[in-house]
Amino acid sequence: MEKQLIYLDNAATTKTRPEVVEAMLPYFTEVYSNPSSVYEFAGKGKSAVEHSRDIIAGILGAKSSNEIYFTGGGSESDNWALIATAEAYASKGRHIITSKLEHHAILHTCEYLEKQGYEVTYLDVDEYGLVDPASVEAAIRPDTILISIMFANNEIGTIEPIGEIGAIAKKHGVLFHTDAVQAFAHVPINVQELNIDMLSASGHKFGGPKGIGFLYLRNGIRLGAFVHGGSQERKRRAGTHNVPGIVGMGKAAELAAAKLEETMTYEKTLRDHLVQRVLTEIPHVKYNGHPEQRLTNNANFSFQFIEGESLLILLDMQGICASSGSACTSGSLDPSHVLLAIGLPHEIAHGSLRLTLSEEITKEQIDFVVDELKKIVVRLREMSPLYADFIKENQ
Amino acid sequence: MEYSKKVMDHFMNPRNMGEIENASGVGTVGNAKCGDIMRIFLDIDPETHIIKDCKFKTFGCGAAVATSSMATELVVGKNINEALQVTNKAVMEALDGLPPVKVHCSLLAEEAIHAALWDYAQKEHITIEGLKPPKDDISEGEEEFEEE
Ligand SMILES: Cc1ncc(COP(=O)(O)O)c(C=O)c1O
Ligand code: FES
Repeated sequence: MEKQLIYLDNAATTKTRPEVVEAMLPYFTEVYSNPSSVYEFAGKGKSAVEHSRDIIAGILGAKSSNEIYFTGGGSESDNWALIATAEAYASKGRHIITSKLEHHAILHTCEYLEKQGYEVTYLDVDEYGLVDPASVEAAIRPDTILISIMFANNEIGTIEPIGEIGAIAKKHGVLFHTDAVQAFAHVPINVQELNIDMLSASGHKFGGPKGIGFLYLRNGIRLGAFVHGGSQERKRRAGTHNVPGIVGMGKAAELAAAKLEETMTYEKTLRDHLVQRVLTEIPHVKYNGHPEQRLTNNANFSFQFIEGESLLILLDMQGICASSGSACTSGSLDPSHVLLAIGLPHEIAHGSLRLTLSEEITKEQIDFVVDELKKIVVRLREMSPLYADFIKENQ
Repeated sequence: MEYSKKVMDHFMNPRNMGEIENASGVGTVGNAKCGDIMRIFLDIDPETHIIKDCKFKTFGCGAAVATSSMATELVVGKNINEALQVTNKAVMEALDGLPPVKVHCSLLAEEAIHAALWDYAQKEHITIEGLKPPKDDISEGEEEFEEE
């Protein structure tokens, strides 16, 4: 019997939608022209690129399509936003505000900038992973040049108070960047209403292809190029356009936006069912992240007394793909910085499990996952010296 | 997770998982590096000092569980001096190797056996040649070494 695959790791990446692949295909073998060339054949590629730009600008409520710059993905967009802002505004100041919850694409870029003489404030978050807008305001100094706070967290799904932070940034005349890699095409975003100056996103997180992303850059912000070379992307991001990738990302964004509310409602119903079952049927579990203000497809638990990698292997045996913030899965042997930032002790971070849904997941599959999870947790607790001690102490 | 077939087998079907009541020696060691804990129970014949039974409980990754399981298999039937020779290297070899990041997990098994042997030696008022008292945290020693 072939094992069914239950893919619950959509925060890591998503399946490229078949309609997206179909939209991309002609741009490999038919319209393979370099859009920067002059002949007529190049025009089709160019208009496809511009069509994707229009779609994305429309979804974000951007003033103009030329505020969208195509990049090689979320990490590049984050690197570009931070490093180019730091360079462009160095004469105004060298202070950047971010949070302890950010993705490594932001945190490691900040560390790089610290080595270049910049100062970075890493704001604490509360137990749900929320950044307090008041703490952002309190951290602003005359030499602050940038605030970068993620839209939604990739591990615990918490959605940050982006509108409030944007308003504070605007009031103080500080640029505001948000890493929306997990949020774009998953929650409604309007860059003008939320006072966002820069926004990073990545195609493969919403049914598009990998290795393509974009940076929204509000007109009037003078940032230098990050990739130097040809004059593509208004001389700000050199390199021959990844036409199939750009077409695919545009198509994926269009499809996601058209069904956004429907998808969110569907995912939330399933996710809430999952959470409700886990919390009532498995003892000694903590639900990580904000109970309400979170991505509709994200659930993150900590199972006490057990370790995440063991959990992942046993789930994998049942065809279930998930992820964990356990130290043992990290390669660096440090537990996830996000789980530590929300105040989890090491041993609780150890037993963490992230399940991220998509609209392809069914209720039957969720019920199967919970049934398996129950058995696996019992099995691993039987093996755990910590659980043995806990039982003894509570006899 | 690029684990060998043997590692997966010992992880999926751990040998000697459990506890021994009134064990001759019990050793618990933790590894602050990733936060894992292993406990080894030994049942030793006081006349011959031969290990009759060995059980484990482990809070850790697949490699930690597999090395615990393999280590218990390797020490049963050996006398206490022979059991000291069951090093993490020997356990790893018996498992057809471990990924580089998982080598530290196998140290946990070696240290847990040593800690259980130490506990036995204390109770029986004997000394086992070459056996050092257990450390609370097996990566402590490494860190001290680095600081020097
Ligand atoms: C919040 C966040 N930022 C940035 C990235 C990096 O995106 P990409 O893989 O497209 O470089 C990811 C993806 O892992 C992410 O979740
Ligand atoms: S026990 Fe943590 S990595 Fe093996």
